[in-house]
Amino acid sequence: MDNKIAAVKMRNITKTFGSVVANDKVWLDIYKGEILALLGENGSGKTTLMNMLSGIYFPDEGDIFINDEKVVIRSPRDAFNYGIGMIHQHFKLVDVLTAAENIVLGLEEKLDLKEASRKIKEICALYGFEVDPEQKIYDMSVSQKQTVEIVKVLYRGADILILDEPTAVLTPQETDKLFAVLRNMRDAGKAIVIITHKMHEVEDLSDRVAVLRHGHFVGDMVTKSTNAQEMTNMMVGHAVTLNIDRPEPVDPKPRIEVKGLTVRSIDGILKLEDVSFTAYSGEILGIAGISGCGQKELLESIAGLQPVESGSISYIEDDGTRDEIIGKDPLKIADMGVSLSFVPEDRLGMGLVGSMDLSENMMLRSFRKGKSFLTDRKSPKKLAQAVVENLEVKTPGIDTPVRKLSGGNVQKVLVGREIASAPTVLLTAYAVRGLDINSSYTIYDLINQQKQKGVAVIYVGEDLDVLLELADRILVLCGGKVSGIVPGRGAKKRDVGMMMTRLGGNSNE
Amino acid sequence: MNKQVREPLFHISKRGDMPWYFGWSIRAAAIILALISCGIISTLVTGENPIQIYATIIDGSFGSMRKFWVLLQNTAMLLCVALALTPAFKMRFWNLGGEGQALAGALAAAACMILMKGQSNALVMSCMVITSILAGALWGCIPAFFKAKFNTNETLFTLMMNYVAIQLVAYFSVVWENPKGSGNIGVINPNSMIGWFPTIGGQKYLLNVLIVAVITIGMYIYLNYSKQGYEIAVVGESERTARYVGIKVEKVIIRTMLISGAICGIAGLLLVGGTNHTLNSAIVDGRGFTAVMVAWLAKFNPIWMIFTSFLLVFLGRGAGEIATDFGLNQSYGDILTGIILFFIIGSEFFITYKLSFHKASKKEEK
Repeated sequence: MDNKIAAVKMRNITKTFGSVVANDKVWLDIYKGEILALLGENGSGKTTLMNMLSGIYFPDEGDIFINDEKVVIRSPRDAFNYGIGMIHQHFKLVDVLTAAENIVLGLEEKLDLKEASRKIKEICALYGFEVDPEQKIYDMSVSQKQTVEIVKVLYRGADILILDEPTAVLTPQETDKLFAVLRNMRDAGKAIVIITHKMHEVEDLSDRVAVLRHGHFVGDMVTKSTNAQEMTNMMVGHAVTLNIDRPEPVDPKPRIEVKGLTVRSIDGILKLEDVSFTAYSGEILGIAGISGCGQKELLESIAGLQPVESGSISYIEDDGTRDEIIGKDPLKIADMGVSLSFVPEDRLGMGLVGSMDLSENMMLRSFRKGKSFLTDRKSPKKLAQAVVENLEVKTPGIDTPVRKLSGGNVQKVLVGREIASAPTVLLTAYAVRGLDINSSYTIYDLINQQKQKGVAVIYVGEDLDVLLELADRILVLCGGKVSGIVPGRGAKKRDVGMMMTRLGGNSNE
Repeated sequence: MNKQVREPLFHISKRGDMPWYFGWSIRAAAIILALISCGIISTLVTGENPIQIYATIIDGSFGSMRKFWVLLQNTAMLLCVALALTPAFKMRFWNLGGEGQALAGALAAAACMILMKGQSNALVMSCMVITSILAGALWGCIPAFFKAKFNTNETLFTLMMNYVAIQLVAYFSVVWENPKGSGNIGVINPNSMIGWFPTIGGQKYLLNVLIVAVITIGMYIYLNYSKQGYEIAVVGESERTARYVGIKVEKVIIRTMLISGAICGIAGLLLVGGTNHTLNSAIVDGRGFTAVMVAWLAKFNPIWMIFTSFLLVFLGRGAGEIATDFGLNQSYGDILTGIILFFIIGSEFFITYKLSFHKASKKEEK
């Protein structure tokens, strides 16, 4: 271990945003030829720390050394000059340009796309990427776009790569491919930092882990000599259990029946094609699929937010009476007596209003109640207080704008409001996206509680491991069609992964 | 490779939470700095003692009872237009058509006064109220309808509606000219005083001020405590959230602009019936645009808008007073107003952000 060469040394790095200390005297070493996993709960300062390395933020205090030389990184351009490249969660590519054009964009050298394509192919051959330099970005899948981002930083001569949650949008197969490439790059002597929440990826890929907690550096260790439990405990600061319950469904009855559902986007693109399934009460129906395969449209159709081309969605009551949902807006659906709750993917852009405080956000569902011209402010306040207490929301008070809360707490507020109305159907989209382990398990518990109360839960998820542990049945979407419905108990991750990429999953090869 | 190791001289970062008085003290400091700058510039230009100049500014508003009432009246009218714009702005609907909507109201009020010859004062007055509110609401509703149905750009649409209103008023100024050939309407019903708002306690402007005071309180309650006000806030923050909870966004847009236009129409009514008793295309006097600033400076809070509109009117009148007292033309007053606004608006930057200067670089250059 002594022959490792530090590519980056960060010393005493402090960064504050207003009164919030994001990083407090953090020390971190990044070595060449090593993959470092940076762990920490939401708001522990991982991304902030890496943003300072890539020139997006400037540290308030502390020093950064690159190859033992003290440097000042004022901008992403400075960072590039020091060989630091960051691949962000949200890709920064121009859709209408080709891969090669995106890769050379912003470089000051003479524009020679042929030469660029040659160099790109060289890089791809070296590490095992597959990129067509002539392909337009809008024709690419998410994983191809990510590959372009990685090639872009390598093209600029990056020796130090930072990847912020790179696998959040990938299928298991694509993740394996990415990891193979990352290992190749490590073996070629690059220093790699990966930020992730998925423990099995950390164990699978990284050589070393470093843990941040509340902006402090807690410690680092060799991955081989630790395990998920220990790492989680370090992140959280106390022992946690890593098991998701899956109680047997009690007395399941059909609740939502979808038949031949076909949906087109405004641009006329087919988003869902002939989708049929039934969701039962007291059951969690997991929806798996690569992102953008129609999950959003499916949930929004059921919630009455999405215009539908054809098909039917019936709400079935306990006594067997059916009500059609299609063609009704959320208000009319509620008027029918259907208590439908929806936790959308975009929490602050759709589920909540970021600039409003907790109790005002509680009002979103209830403000129409009563005949008065004025709003009732008391009951939302009580509800907010109850949600804060029951779900242990960390907030300065119920009059704090929800935008100021961390991701996990925002989600608790949203879920808390949605389950407060005692729903019979609960739709959730990526309920734990971006949440740390602790908050994720709180959300799983809440969903399980609803299931046990007899709620029909439809859970759209992206982490297959979780879906396999949580859902009673898994519906796999592939390109807007139902690729198959499998029981959650005993399903194999590989099989579900195959079904996500190919209809039916098991055709030839 | 870039070998520079110099730290940036300063960097800008967002401020965190701070007590409410912090922002106000920065704003107060900005106003004081603005007045000092104005004093220095005026001293340089006129050679007068700066104290003298400040005295003149105050004299412009408080020099006489009449000046004071003019100050109150102008503040009320500016506030009225600003109140009208506020619900639209809260909805993130950038209504820049306050000028046109108020003119439409003024035109309707004047039309009643001119055309309803021989009718009783009460009938004329009620018609004025109804038609001017409807005219303003119509003027506001047209761009809202197109925004809701076809998602047109409301900024351009409302802005252009101003010019339509200005041209209409210019046209009717000729149709109703009095005396013939003057191209102006002149004072309407100077003898019968039909359609003139009553004076209260001998004060011509008091009724206007009272009406605007009621609108201010009403708007504060409407925006902060009513269900419709809540819907406006949700639509403004996020249309998707609004749809998600079943708010009909199109309906809210049109309804809110009806209210916004209607209150502008009232402003036009007050200007014709209460203040000027005449009509010309300059009667709203740019308040439709100044009101944008009043609303923004007060962060769309109707109560704070009392102070911001007062401040702008006070400064404007002070600047005008300097210009006349020292024999400079009106443009000089505009320059001073410009300087003051520059400071006030600039202060918002320092409230939102802070500059951190780095200590002199400890490193040697390589």
